[in-house]
Amino acid sequence: MSQEGLLRPGIIQLRVLDMEESLTHYRDRIGLDYVSTGEDGRVYLKAFDEFHRHSVVLREADSAGIDFFAFKADGQAAVDGFRKRIEDYGLAVEDVAEGEMPGTGKRIGFTIPSGHRIEIYADMELSETAPEIRNPYIYKDEPRGMRAQRLDHCLLYGPNLPEVEKFFTEVLDFHIPERVDLPDGTLAIWMTVSNKAHDIAFVNHPEPGKLHHVAFFLEDWNDIGHAADVMTRYDISRDIGPTRHGITRGQTIYFFDPSGNRNEVFCGGYTAYKDHPTRVWDGNHVGRGIFYYERQMNDAFLSVVT
Amino acid sequence: MPDGAMFSVTHSIQIKGAETDITCAEDQMVLMAMEQQIHVPSPRPVRVGCRRGGCGACRVKVTKGDYTTQKSSRVHVTEEEAAEGYALACRLSPLSDLELEPAFLDPRRPADQDG
Ligand code: FES
Ligand SMILES: [Fe+2]
Repeated sequence: MSQEGLLRPGIIQLRVLDMEESLTHYRDRIGLDYVSTGEDGRVYLKAFDEFHRHSVVLREADSAGIDFFAFKADGQAAVDGFRKRIEDYGLAVEDVAEGEMPGTGKRIGFTIPSGHRIEIYADMELSETAPEIRNPYIYKDEPRGMRAQRLDHCLLYGPNLPEVEKFFTEVLDFHIPERVDLPDGTLAIWMTVSNKAHDIAFVNHPEPGKLHHVAFFLEDWNDIGHAADVMTRYDISRDIGPTRHGITRGQTIYFFDPSGNRNEVFCGGYTAYKDHPTRVWDGNHVGRGIFYYERQMNDAFLSVVT
Repeated sequence: MPDGAMFSVTHSIQIKGAETDITCAEDQMVLMAMEQQIHVPSPRPVRVGCRRGGCGACRVKVTKGDYTTQKSSRVHVTEEEAAEGYALACRLSPLSDLELEPAFLDPRRPADQDG
C-alpha cells in the first residue's frame, strides 16, 4: 500500500437543534441512510456508497456547529504513532473508549490551535448495507434525495492558521494542493491526506471552533442540478450555486440544514498528488477562486458560520 | 410556508434603517419576508445568512409588538437576551405590527469569552 497512515475523513459529528427536522434533511433530502439511534440520542447515518457503519453523527444540542471531525487510519499502529507525534508536538491527547460510538473502535482526540477537535481511529465495522463487492451493481437500492455518495470534506473557520498548517503537514502528513495568501497573512488552506483536492480546509477567522460547511460527494454536474431541484421543492435554504470553485475546481451548491449548519454538495475536483506544486491565490483573484462563475465572494462566505 | 399561506393574517414590520416598511404574514418568518420585498442591490437592513437560526447573521431586537419565535442557536440569543426582545429574524413571526432594529454581533473572539 502506498498511502500509509491516515486514509480519509471518516466521521463528522454535528450539533443540531431539532433531531426530527435534521433527520428528514440528512436522510430524505441529502439521501443518507439511517443506521441507528444511540442510547444517548445521537443519530448515526451513512451514505449509500460508503462501506463502513456510519460517517455522519447528529447530536441534539441548543447550538449548531461541529463537535469533531475524525480521520480513519490504516491500523492501530498508525494511530499509536500519531499519538506520539501529536504529544511530542505539544498537544494533549485524549482517549475515547471502544464502543463510545456503536461499531467503532477506540479513538484519540485532540484540540488543534484553531479550536477544533480532531479525532483519529482505525477500526469501524463494515456496514450491513455496504456496497456490493462481488459482481457489484452500482447500487443496491436507488439513491434517494440528492443521492450523496459519501462524506467528502469539511471547511473549518478559526484562528492560528500558520500553526494549523504546520501541525497538519508536519505531524499528520497532509499536503497542501491550494492556498490563499494575503499581504497580511494566509487567508485559507486546502489540505489533503489522500489525492482528493481536499479532505479538510481552513479559513482564518477570529472565533475558534467554527464550521463553515460539511460537503457530500455527488456523481456529476447533472446530480448537482438535481440537488438544486430538491432544494427548491423542499424549501431548503440555499446560499449559492450551482456554481464552480476555482479552487479545487469542484462543482458545488452551498445550502443550509434546518439548524443553520452549512452543507455542500460537491462533484468533480482535480486529483492532487503529493509531488504537485501548491496553487496559490492572491487577494485580487480570490473571488474567482472561491466562486468561479460569479468571480466574487458573496457576503456570507466570510461571515456565516456555525 | 416560504411564501406565506394565501389567506393568512399579515402585519406591518418597521425595520430601523429600512426606507419602507415590509409586510409579513403570521405564518412567515420576518427575514424571508424582507428578502422577498427588499431586493438586492437595495440595502437590506438585516443580514441574511443561514435562514435557519444557526449563524446569528440576522440578529435583531424587537422594540415594539408581539411575536413568536422558533428554536434557534442559544449562542446568538441567550434566554436573558430573548426576554429583552432579541431574536433571530429568520426564526421570528409577527403576531402584531412590529418595530425592530438590527443587532448583529461580530464574531466573538476568545478574549470576549473569557470575560
Ligand atoms: S440567518 Fe442565520 S440565524 Fe438567521
Ligand atoms: Fe467545500
